[in-house]
Amino acid sequence: MTTTREAPPRHRAAPAGDADLATLLLRLGDDALVLGQRLCQWITWAPTVDEDLALSNIALDLIGHARVLLTRAGRLDGTGRTEDDLAFTRPERAFTNVLLAELPNGDFAATVARQLAYTHYAVLYYEALAGCADPELAAFGARAAKEVAFHRLHADRWTRTLAGGTATSARRLREGLERVWPYTAELFEEDAVLRRLTASGTVPSPAGVRRAWERAVADVLTGAGLTVPAPAWTATGGRSGLHTEEFGPLLAELQSVHRQFPGGTW
Amino acid sequence: MSAAAREGAPASWEVFLRARRGLAHQHVGSVRAVDPDAALAAARDLYTRRGDPLSLWVVRSDAVHAASPDEHDPYFAGARHKPYRHPEHFAPLTEKGTEGDHHT
Amino acid sequence: MTAPTAAPAVDADASLARFEELIAAGETIEPRDWMPDGYRRMLVRQIAQHAHSEIIGMQPEGAWLTRAPSLHRKSVLLAKVQDEAGHGLYLYSAAETLGVDRADLLDALHHGRQRASATFNHPALTWADTGAIAWLTDGAAVINQAPLCRTSYGPYARAMRRVCQEEAFHVRQGYDLMRALCEGTPEQREMAQDAVDRWWLPAVALMFGPPDTEAGGDARTAALGAAVSRRALAWGIKRHTNDELRQRFVDTCVPQAERLGLTLPDPAIRWNEERGHYDFTPVDWDTYREALGDDTHWARQRVAHRRAAHEDGTWVREAAAAYAARTDDTARGEDG
Repeated sequence: MTTTREAPPRHRAAPAGDADLATLLLRLGDDALVLGQRLCQWITWAPTVDEDLALSNIALDLIGHARVLLTRAGRLDGTGRTEDDLAFTRPERAFTNVLLAELPNGDFAATVARQLAYTHYAVLYYEALAGCADPELAAFGARAAKEVAFHRLHADRWTRTLAGGTATSARRLREGLERVWPYTAELFEEDAVLRRLTASGTVPSPAGVRRAWERAVADVLTGAGLTVPAPAWTATGGRSGLHTEEFGPLLAELQSVHRQFPGGTW
Repeated sequence: MSAAAREGAPASWEVFLRARRGLAHQHVGSVRAVDPDAALAAARDLYTRRGDPLSLWVVRSDAVHAASPDEHDPYFAGARHKPYRHPEHFAPLTEKGTEGDHHT
Repeated sequence: MTAPTAAPAVDADASLARFEELIAAGETIEPRDWMPDGYRRMLVRQIAQHAHSEIIGMQPEGAWLTRAPSLHRKSVLLAKVQDEAGHGLYLYSAAETLGVDRADLLDALHHGRQRASATFNHPALTWADTGAIAWLTDGAAVINQAPLCRTSYGPYARAMRRVCQEEAFHVRQGYDLMRALCEGTPEQREMAQDAVDRWWLPAVALMFGPPDTEAGGDARTAALGAAVSRRALAWGIKRHTNDELRQRFVDTCVPQAERLGLTLPDPAIRWNEERGHYDFTPVDWDTYREALGDDTHWARQRVAHRRAAHEDGTWVREAAAAYAARTDDTARGEDG
């Protein structure tokens, strides 16, 4: 598997490997889309105009990632659905994002906590994808890892700032971290799809970056004088379409205009 | 609300951008930010949304030491009266004027 | 630099003469040059109002970020709303070279001592509004602002060159969005026409300011507007009257609307061969004044939204200030 590699197949019923890859792409695309949608909700409500700009920049990158991932997912799964078909016409149960991405924004500290968890994971996993056997996904991983690395700087800086700011900001950040942390385990979940992809040597598993993620976030948190939360429970369900109740309104808002105009072109 | 927490109250930073290869860093404006990291991040989001910039500097505005306008003459007047610093002061090297100069 | 110390006017007459000489020669005035107080005040007012309009202008379109009907349009709208935040910040940066503090300017906006353009005291009711706003109000802004790239005050002119380059994208994408709707289903087309019906008057009336020539309004209105414009023109802050720019806007929009197959909601619009311009209904001063009033739902709502965001963020900004003070102390301790 080192020198000759066939171009990814197009326009035919999805072979088993493609179906698995499509599932993974859909998951990652849904993560990026749903988190991007949550960040869009901040715009014009951020603590400063500079922060409106920073959060919209991050959202823009995430939507960009979602577009690449969903487009390819629709091509590989044999249905021929476009990025917009996937984003705007699927019902709640067909979305496979992690619950972390859909958690309501809460206050700025909760958003920073969610960004901290996601960005450290995304940099590590996208970097791993950059070395994967699928050339298209590898190219995406390399590009996206660089963009998310800037989002990670943003999250790290705000973690330090809020932790070392006032008593109020430190308390809010601790509460944000406590709220978010039970939802981080799902990022590294491994199921039959991922086991097949890993076994075939196509794509590395997110489980492989878990230790590195734990070390990285622990460095940031302890460096900021915080302790790493040790939640008594972990959330799961997003990958099989079992979402939080807050997800319904998020999706209704996302899809409202698209659904109001059947047959519309945009 | 503390005075420092008013929006826009943090320190001012001058922003310098090298927009492409071959150019010097150029002053593009300023941002307000509490520390150098935040200033760089703000400058990045504000002044590099387009193109492919090569590098970005931020300098605290109060660290810029400038000649004041009433010192304009002592500082700069001398340059005005030394025409011999310019090639046009001298006879051209060829009939065609400056075209014969080595570096043009 | 950002916090200038005004040059002491050793000889006020000589300074004024020098200032007027620079203006007459079409040179720019730079932050550390001597300038008349009136010039400085007019600039601060104009730049601040412009900056506030960008920030408040984020709201009507920002409200549609979560509902954009395609991922492409969502990306474009994000980039646009982001530019508006950016333009506000460029302009606050330019205003600060005149010795004001952006924190004070934002306070003034939040507490009603300074205003944003009344254009945005209208609601964005449908997705098509984001297109109409971009095509019409940003289109008006480009026409208004293009001459400001050569305005006499250097930092303002330089900020405006950046703004204008980016605004050109806003107008194009707005027109493109409207074109997609017009080429879509009858329902999409209807939505597009409805949005144009509601955004035409805010663009044509409010983006250009009050009538300031006899051609643009009744004599009393024109006289009022002309007095303000005369001053700004003399100082090279403005380059054209409001009515000249308004005419240029109408002349630009009419053929564009025709290409889209949309009707601009002014029955008086028709080509005037003699003038070489489109005729249109002059802006009615009373309508104009009414739209400027603070006592409408949307005038209050825009500022209330901005103030609420600012107040919600207080603890974050306090944290940032406290963190910076602490790390500053630590750094100093380590140095010593």
